[in-house]
Amino acid sequence: MSAHSPQARMEARWGAMFAAPALLLILTILLAPVAVLIALSVTDYRLGAIAVRLVGLDNYAAMLADPVFQRSLRNTLLYVAFVLPAAVFGGLGIALLVHARIRTRTVYEVIYFLPVTSTLVAMATVWQFMLHPALGPVTPLALSLGFGRIDLLNDPDLALATLALIGIWQLIGFNMVLFLAGLSAIPRELYEAAALDGARYGADRFLRVTWPMLGPTTMFVTVTSTVTAFKVFDTVVVLTRGGPLGSTETLLYILYLEGFQYFRMGYAAAMTVVLLVFLAGLSILQARVIEPRVHYA
Amino acid sequence: MRESGGVRPGRVLGGIAAHAVLATGAVVMLAPFAWMLLTSIRPPEEVFGAVFDPIPSRFAGLENYGQALGASNLPRAMLNGVIVCCGILAVQLLTAIPAAYALARLRFRGREPLFGLVLFGLCIPIQVPALPLYIALADLRLLDTYFALMMPFFLTVFGLFLFRQSFRTYPEEILQAARLDGMSEFEIVWRLATPAALPAIAAFSVFSVVAHWNDLYWPLIVVTSSERATPALGILAFRDAETGGNYGALMAAAALITGPMIAGFLLARRAFVRGITMTGVR
Repeated sequence: MSAHSPQARMEARWGAMFAAPALLLILTILLAPVAVLIALSVTDYRLGAIAVRLVGLDNYAAMLADPVFQRSLRNTLLYVAFVLPAAVFGGLGIALLVHARIRTRTVYEVIYFLPVTSTLVAMATVWQFMLHPALGPVTPLALSLGFGRIDLLNDPDLALATLALIGIWQLIGFNMVLFLAGLSAIPRELYEAAALDGARYGADRFLRVTWPMLGPTTMFVTVTSTVTAFKVFDTVVVLTRGGPLGSTETLLYILYLEGFQYFRMGYAAAMTVVLLVFLAGLSILQARVIEPRVHYA
Repeated sequence: MRESGGVRPGRVLGGIAAHAVLATGAVVMLAPFAWMLLTSIRPPEEVFGAVFDPIPSRFAGLENYGQALGASNLPRAMLNGVIVCCGILAVQLLTAIPAAYALARLRFRGREPLFGLVLFGLCIPIQVPALPLYIALADLRLLDTYFALMMPFFLTVFGLFLFRQSFRTYPEEILQAARLDGMSEFEIVWRLATPAALPAIAAFSVFSVVAHWNDLYWPLIVVTSSERATPALGILAFRDAETGGNYGALMAAAALITGPMIAGFLLARRAFVRGITMTGVR
């Protein structure tokens, strides 16, 4: 016990020393910017402006009244609504099928995960070429299947859905891997017990064992997929730049334009605060509702 | 009890159906990669040809890849990618490892609030501090520098969180024995705890490098000159310069940019999958 005091002093000293650089980074890269951001959001600051005026909640009011913001919010939510079900249930379906494979499991895992590790900007240029109405392979394929000649990325009704398909292509393998981890964690005995209870068929076993046991994974995949879809940006920049007719303007793209192209910093700050509130809300939901039910080995 | 005889034919059919579904999906997943590679070795006259044949008539890989590398900024962008990824990772590891060890194993004032800040930081994406950081960098005349590209990512709350988890499982007896042997905490961190946490560090490194090689948002904001272009900006600039539409060279460029990530994935599959999906298991 007499050694306690020197050890406590040693721990206090080294602890502070080890933590100091990280603390400095947290202050300069995280806390100070968030404070400045909130302060900016109640000003009319523009980059390079000499005079700055406090405008209260004007930026927020302007944002809510701005048809461009409204449209980008609608587009973003629509994009999430397209991507989320396919990425979650598609990821689950593929994981279930891949999990049951023995010799070919690795091959499928690699193939479905490939889009996750590849550079999205590069692959988006490939998609653009593939979807090119005159030069890409998609048009002859569509024609042979009886569809007309369509220019997916230049059709205001189809462009957002096309971006969503590329988003699903990128995300589905990520979710598959998370579901595979969840599936591997289900104890075999549960299936044996369910079989004894008369659950003989795949659908029975899935409903009685797999689906309930995957609950936490499913919730988690849903939250991360929502955040990922909500932050859609790369494909918009590469493929549509918000067009045609604003049909693919999304929140982050508008935020990027306002803040870093038009330099309306105050207004962009208000948009960022809204984004922050949304993401914090999702994180709290995850921490309060989902994490307590998840047990990591 | 299971009826072992009766289930067989169903099983076989089910297996075939599963393979059919998986293989169809696999074709869709692989199609862009196949198209990219096939076009990257296709001669230009065929890209615009009226007849549609997926297989190139002659190998034009040398001219396409040559043009992608020679007549563009791509090599510079890839070199910049290496510099930025290495710089970010080095600072991340040097700051996060000791701090995570302190959070996991040392009692010091402010430990709990610091960990609270780490948890807070986990839900803040780069878009949130981007505006103030951009203004600060503009004021300091540091835009369009390597420092501007790397600085926001020096802090990795995710790394702090992950390494703390890893260090918490390190045996207390070994720590005490090392202290009795006269090892300083500095030596304990770098010579005992860090080697024991190597799997987590490797997975984190993969995550970090992939994230920053592929990143578009922040480089798009702070980079204005082609000398500081990152891989994502390099391919974008190449695409926009190729208005005539030399798709063979463009696809070669895309293959060159995404190639290192895919090669890394195929060589170190486990670390890659763990590294990228770890974000999911935090």
